[in-house]
Amino acid sequence: MEHHPGEQHQHAEPLPRGPVDPDVDLRIDGRDRRAHDPAILTAIAVGGALGASARYLIGLAWPTPSGGFPVNTLLINIAGCGLIGILMVVVTDVLTQQRFLRPFLGTGVLGGFTTFSTYAVDIQKLISGGYAGTALLYLAATIVGALLAVWTTVTATRALVTWRSR
Amino acid sequence: MSRLLLVIAGGLIGAPLRYVADRAVQARHDSLFPWGTFSVNVIGSFILGFLTGASSLFPDSIQFFAGTGFCGALTTYSTFSYETIRLFEDRARFLAVANVTASIVAGLGSVFLGTAVSQSL
Repeated sequence: MEHHPGEQHQHAEPLPRGPVDPDVDLRIDGRDRRAHDPAILTAIAVGGALGASARYLIGLAWPTPSGGFPVNTLLINIAGCGLIGILMVVVTDVLTQQRFLRPFLGTGVLGGFTTFSTYAVDIQKLISGGYAGTALLYLAATIVGALLAVWTTVTATRALVTWRSR
Repeated sequence: MSRLLLVIAGGLIGAPLRYVADRAVQARHDSLFPWGTFSVNVIGSFILGFLTGASSLFPDSIQFFAGTGFCGALTTYSTFSYETIRLFEDRARFLAVANVTASIVAGLGSVFLGTAVSQSL
């Protein structure tokens, strides 16, 4: 593997951790690929359509009443965060040669499934409707749940990968 | 069914646009802070705020295409959360906390701004 001059290696770490941004790794994307590979963009587009459809159908099945706690968006965002934690460890440590896995599943499906804009609009609607307490609870529950989900699945998946490779 | 097709069409555009925008932003700075994801989340929140505020001006089909499909896929919670955890792990704890705080404050602010703009029309 060729090492980029700017890349820092922490030899104390048991596993490589990949880039901060799971969607864009300029160390790979910038060197080995053309700026906008049509096949990668297509994989992201198809994944995004699938993720967005799943989110829409879940919202259709479990609609949030006006002024109610948006359970569907909360669970969609937390589930998507848990899944990206698993995916990124698998992509970084196990299936490192799968070129389309990260764009399709990570950037596309999970990026299209989870949503920041609906989260923000949900909060705004609750505040404007006079449900500031519910808004604050929803704001906090989503961010805490999402971060815990990523941390838990990343840690657990790394432990599993390390244990398997022994 | 036609609503689902509108959501699909919006998702088909929103997700690759997030990738292209994220790349363009990331290529223009060297800092560890995930400006790319931050930018798409703030812009997407503004657009959805605008659409929600102007819901009486547009037909339902626009809400499903541009709101649920496009803005939903343009913005992301999974990438945002993953980046925050990665910053935290890289001992960039200040940046991790700043990412959460700035994203929520700017995201909410742009929703209110988008709603205000649409209601002034």
